[in-house]
Amino acid sequence: MILVLPIILPLLFMVVLIFTRRWLFFQQAFSLLASIVLTFVSALILADVYQNGIMAVQPGSWEAPFGITLVADTFSALMMTTTSFVAIIVMIFSPGFIDKERQTAGYYPLVFGLLMGVNGALITGDLFNLYVWYEVMLTSSFVLIALGGSAEQLRGSIKYVTINFIASIFFVSAIGILYGQTGTLNMADLAAKMRTWEGGSYINSALMLFFIAFSVKSALVPFFFWLPASYHTPPIAITALFAGTLTKVGVYTMFRFYSLFVVFDQQFWQIFILTLAGLTMFIGVLMAASQFDIRKILSFHIISQVGYMVMGLGIFTVSGIAGAIYFTIHNMLSKTNTFLAGGLVYQRSGSYDLKYLGGLYKASPFLALLFFIPAMSLAGIPPLPGFFGKFFLIKGGFEAQQYFITAVAILTGLFTLFSMVKIWNEAYWKKEPEDVKVKNGKVHPSTFVATALLALAVILLGVFAGPVMEISMNAGEQIVNPEMYINAVLGR
Amino acid sequence: MLFLLAILIGVLYGAAVYLLLRRNIFKLILGLIFLGHATNMLLFVAGGLTSGRPAFLRGLQDETIGMSDPLPQALILTAIVIGLGVTAFALTLVYRFYKVTKTVDFDELSENE
Amino acid sequence: MESIILQIAARHMRPLLVVLSLIVLYRGHNEPGGGFIGGLMFGAAYILYAMAFGVEKTQKSLFFNPINLTALGLLVALLSGIPALLLGNSFMTGEWYTFFAQTAFELKLGTPLIFDVGVYFAVAGMLMLVMFSIMEE
Repeated sequence: MILVLPIILPLLFMVVLIFTRRWLFFQQAFSLLASIVLTFVSALILADVYQNGIMAVQPGSWEAPFGITLVADTFSALMMTTTSFVAIIVMIFSPGFIDKERQTAGYYPLVFGLLMGVNGALITGDLFNLYVWYEVMLTSSFVLIALGGSAEQLRGSIKYVTINFIASIFFVSAIGILYGQTGTLNMADLAAKMRTWEGGSYINSALMLFFIAFSVKSALVPFFFWLPASYHTPPIAITALFAGTLTKVGVYTMFRFYSLFVVFDQQFWQIFILTLAGLTMFIGVLMAASQFDIRKILSFHIISQVGYMVMGLGIFTVSGIAGAIYFTIHNMLSKTNTFLAGGLVYQRSGSYDLKYLGGLYKASPFLALLFFIPAMSLAGIPPLPGFFGKFFLIKGGFEAQQYFITAVAILTGLFTLFSMVKIWNEAYWKKEPEDVKVKNGKVHPSTFVATALLALAVILLGVFAGPVMEISMNAGEQIVNPEMYINAVLGR
Repeated sequence: MLFLLAILIGVLYGAAVYLLLRRNIFKLILGLIFLGHATNMLLFVAGGLTSGRPAFLRGLQDETIGMSDPLPQALILTAIVIGLGVTAFALTLVYRFYKVTKTVDFDELSENE
Repeated sequence: MESIILQIAARHMRPLLVVLSLIVLYRGHNEPGGGFIGGLMFGAAYILYAMAFGVEKTQKSLFFNPINLTALGLLVALLSGIPALLLGNSFMTGEWYTFFAQTAFELKLGTPLIFDVGVYFAVAGMLMLVMFSIMEE
């Protein structure tokens, strides 16, 4: 029964936060506490799933193929835990960064709406329910991205809303076609039916529509353009939360779908997905290299790193998937951390533009360190987790004899290092630009503590790479052998 | 019936794409509404058309008639509700955007001003 | 907009629409109707009032804030899943109870109705929230 908690707890917290939306201090304290509770619950689920195998619940007492099933396997429990952990950090960060108007205008309830959607999408076992959770998540993110309503934000959010709505339309059409052909919406039941499917090629069009929908949501090439056009507009705490959660849920769903529905037609999809993964990595990192706004550089990096995760999916061996899962976890932490460090830069010097920044290393070496850790982790420098993530992925690639994509991954790593060093050189090492006056702002202690905590978590993820990798291997096995999932849901 | 509905869906999609390509942001929202309705119709048709059969049976006495599948309609209802929410939000957004920038032209969306 | 016809109509229509929305809500049990449509009607009653008398006056005549109504609705919908847990069933299982069984006033009530009431509040609150924010100014 613990499996319904990740959904109903955020809902309960959201209701409490709506009623108390004027009491700023209560909001801050309560949401911090609430996200800690949520992390604890998710960790309990993770421990249970890791020991006892996949967990399935039938809310409403409707048996599996008819009702909506909630399923948690190791991958989804791991994602849930990481998401709630990122939420804790953002909840510590926000009071010192987001202005009071936004904080009392519903920022905290919306964050929990977002978490409810994310958790729901991670543990549902029903196609249409998945769509509904996606919408819950996206609607919260629509309001969050427009919260405050500056002209720049409105510009960004119109693009964001439009493209996500269109992607959802693709998603629903695919569900309709698939339901019309197979007569079921339960993902496990559908997968069981697909293995003996002989009913024509409508399925392929549905799968392609799904693929388009999720590539929009996880920002794969060629559908990535909305992300850098909108992610830099809201306050960076919100961007950090989005970067740590939203696109990763898209990736998670892609993993789930690939494992359940696509494996039977692998010779087509594998090449397709690997090509897109390679393009995504490379184009993302190239475009990042040409930017001068910290937030934009980091936004393009999100795209590039989604490429890595999808590459693991394309390899589709246990070690490849496990590498991708480890990489996803690392990316959720490190990416959020770089954004938060960017927020510190903004508080310190009042700008995100590299042209107007400089001399921060001399001025405040601690801030520089807080950026250095996650940035080097993203670039893949040992002993930080980014190195292990890429190492496992590349090892998986070699083992599966996918040499070309592996070469692209290594090359992309080099470019990532380049653009991280670019931020480092421009913002921290170069002398203060003389013609512009750099604002000498104060960093709020809460933002500093949050960023430092997350940097610590990143280091710990690198130190404990072994145990985390073991959990990822367990998750990878469940992804590669969908029978486990199907049997757990249908109770065979 | 199927043929007519197929044409209707095609027309709705066509209108939606046409509206999405206009320069006016308000027409973009109209396009999104059309897109949503076209997809709802698609769900309806893809779920299978059955005429003259009840969606719910009381007891089992009418078993010979058979029943039509109520699920696609439940799905459409949900999709309509979600569409309503998103559309309402998008309308508010465009309205705010108009208040701030005094225009509904797409050019205002580009960042290099 | 100062239209005396609309104002009089709105003043008399509002209680009528509210009662009607409640009927639709209850009817949704076994027949067409339900929380969503009832909530829309409830919201429409107040939007009509706001069109005639302005948003400010409508908000004063409401003894609650729309956003609180939405939150209340979510809470009620959530709580409707709890009785099943207490009875040892899975979360959100529909639990039914028949009042005055075998009499002329037989009344069957259950947790799905509570859920519907939650939907009713949430939809009404959300509709009013969105419309009022557009109609202001």
